[in-house]
Formats: sequence, C-alpha cells, structure tokens
Amino acid sequence: MIDKSFLWIVIIGLGLGSFFLRFVFTGLVGNRAMPPWLLRHLRYTAVAILPALVAPQVLWPAATGGETDIARLAAAAATLGIGLVTKNVIAAILGGGVTLYGLLYLL
Amino acid sequence: MVITTVKSAYLKGVADGAPFILVIIPFASLFGLLATEAGLNVFESLAFSVVVIAGAAQFTALQLMQEEAPTLIVLISALAVNLRMAMYSASLTPYIGAAPLWQRALAAYLTVDQSYVVSIAQYERAPEMTVPQRMAYFFGTVTPIVPFWYLFTLIGAVLGAQVPESWALDFAIPITFLAMIAPMFRTLAHVVAAFVAVVVSLLVTQVPYSLGLIVAGLAGMMAGAQAELWLERKKGTAP
Repeated sequence: MIDKSFLWIVIIGLGLGSFFLRFVFTGLVGNRAMPPWLLRHLRYTAVAILPALVAPQVLWPAATGGETDIARLAAAAATLGIGLVTKNVIAAILGGGVTLYGLLYLL
Repeated sequence: MVITTVKSAYLKGVADGAPFILVIIPFASLFGLLATEAGLNVFESLAFSVVVIAGAAQFTALQLMQEEAPTLIVLISALAVNLRMAMYSASLTPYIGAAPLWQRALAAYLTVDQSYVVSIAQYERAPEMTVPQRMAYFFGTVTPIVPFWYLFTLIGAVLGAQVPESWALDFAIPITFLAMIAPMFRTLAHVVAAFVAVVVSLLVTQVPYSLGLIVAGLAGMMAGAQAELWLERKKGTAP
C-alpha cells in the first residue's frame, strides 16, 4: 500500500516539475535564442526516450512475468511497421491492436 | 479548411485533435485502473491525472511508488520520462513565444504529446498564422483530448479491478508510443537516436528505479546529435 503523504508529495512534485519542463522555454526563454548544441540534442529527445521506454516492455512484458510473448512482439512490430509506412498514428494503433487481439485469440 | 479568423483556427484545432480520443480512452482508463490497483482511491487517481496530465510519467511514478523507491528517485525518474516536454516547449517557443504570459502558462499545462505534435505540424504548414490564431489552434487541439483524459481516468478508477487481465490493456502504452514515434523518423539521425536508445535501454534494465531510462535517453540524444553533425558535414563536403 502506498503511503498517503508520500503519494501527495509525488503528485504535487510531479505536477510542479512537469509544469516547469513545459513552461521553461515558452515562458522563460521567450524570443531569446538558445545555443545550437542544446537544440541539436533536444531534437532527439522524443525519438530516444519513447523507444527506450517501450523496448524492455515489448521484449519482456510485465503482464507475462517478463517472459517474451509472441503476440505482444508481433503487435509492436505491426504498430511500428504500419506507422512507418502510413505515417498515420490511428492506423498504426488499430493495426497493433488487431494484431495483439488476433494473436492472443489464436495462440 | 482555410484559417481566416481566431475562431476558425480553434475549430480546425478541435477537428485535428479529435482522432486522438481513440488513444486517450484506453490510456486514461488504464491509468485509473492501475492506480486503484495500487491502492489509490478514485479522488486520488483523478487528482493525479488533473495535476500531472502526463500519461507515461504517471505510469512510471505509480510503478516506482509500488516498489517503494525513495521520493526523490520517483520524482527524478518520472520527470526524466517527461523531459521531452522541455523539447516540445523549446520547439513551440518561436511560434507562440510572443503570446501573453497567461496564455503561455495555460498552454504549458496543456502541452501533451498529441497537442504538441499536431500543433507544430500545423505551424510549419501555415507560417502565415498570427500568434492569436496559433494559440487558438493549440487550445483547439486539446479540447477533445484533455477532458477525455480526466473522464476516463475517473471511469477506469471506478471500474477498477472489474477489467479482466485477458484484455491485455497493459500493452496499450507500448502500442500508443510506438505509433506516435513512427512518423517522427524523418532523417537517418532520428533512426540512429532511437536505435542507440533501444540498445542501451535493453543493456541497462538491471539499473534500479528506471534510472536506466535516463542513461538510454541521453545516449540516444547524443547519438542523434552526432549523426546530425556527421550528415551535415557529409553533405557539406559532397560535390
């Protein structure tokens, strides 16, 4: 069981921290220029962090106790493949979902 | 639809944000559900979503709190997951940096993956938009997204453990993120960044409290930045 004061410290801390991250440039930098080396690194934040976040979950899902699961692996591949080809987020999600449920049903 | 007024900008934003309702519903429900499973009550689950409004960071924090990680580690890890919001903020600055402070503050609170990705694409497509039109468009994109984020957190929390495990809702997160990443691979440098980040993330899974994510993310960002420099140099020296 999560301790209540611990929970509220995390909720409020995370809320303030997230707001700061979202506000730091639009709010505080305004129209001033940022160093090119920093912008160059920031450009790759999304494409680095999100795959790093999902890769272990795709290979070793918590729901199967960390055992590699063909249905989840195939669903991830289908999502990424459809997304790369169509550039359409919704098509990718639907394709991944259909693959996941189809294989979970069949296997 | 051609944007001629602030109102038409807002309406186009609403239309462009609407498809993401499909993503938000399972994602928010899953958070509400896992939060109640972790022992949070309905009010606490909803407050979490309203105050933080960042799916991936919320899931990370929830996971680490259940593992009884120290407070500072929970905050640092969840905020590391949210670091991309600083990049979104940086990238939005040239377009909306001139808006009134209260609008920028409200937009900051409402900066999520979907509102950012949809808005930045529109700003790049239509550079003639005025700053008030850009703000209206941005607020339009979140209008169909954020209320559903709150509402389905609430519904997920109320339904709680009634959802069977065989629905495999755990996989809504990887699928959503993979789908959102796929259109972002615009250059070889993006592919290099993702590849390095994935390899490192798989090598550092034994690092406690999700700190491996920070290491993997930084490695990917450095790889992407270096690849970009290399590609620029190659282009510069090519005949």
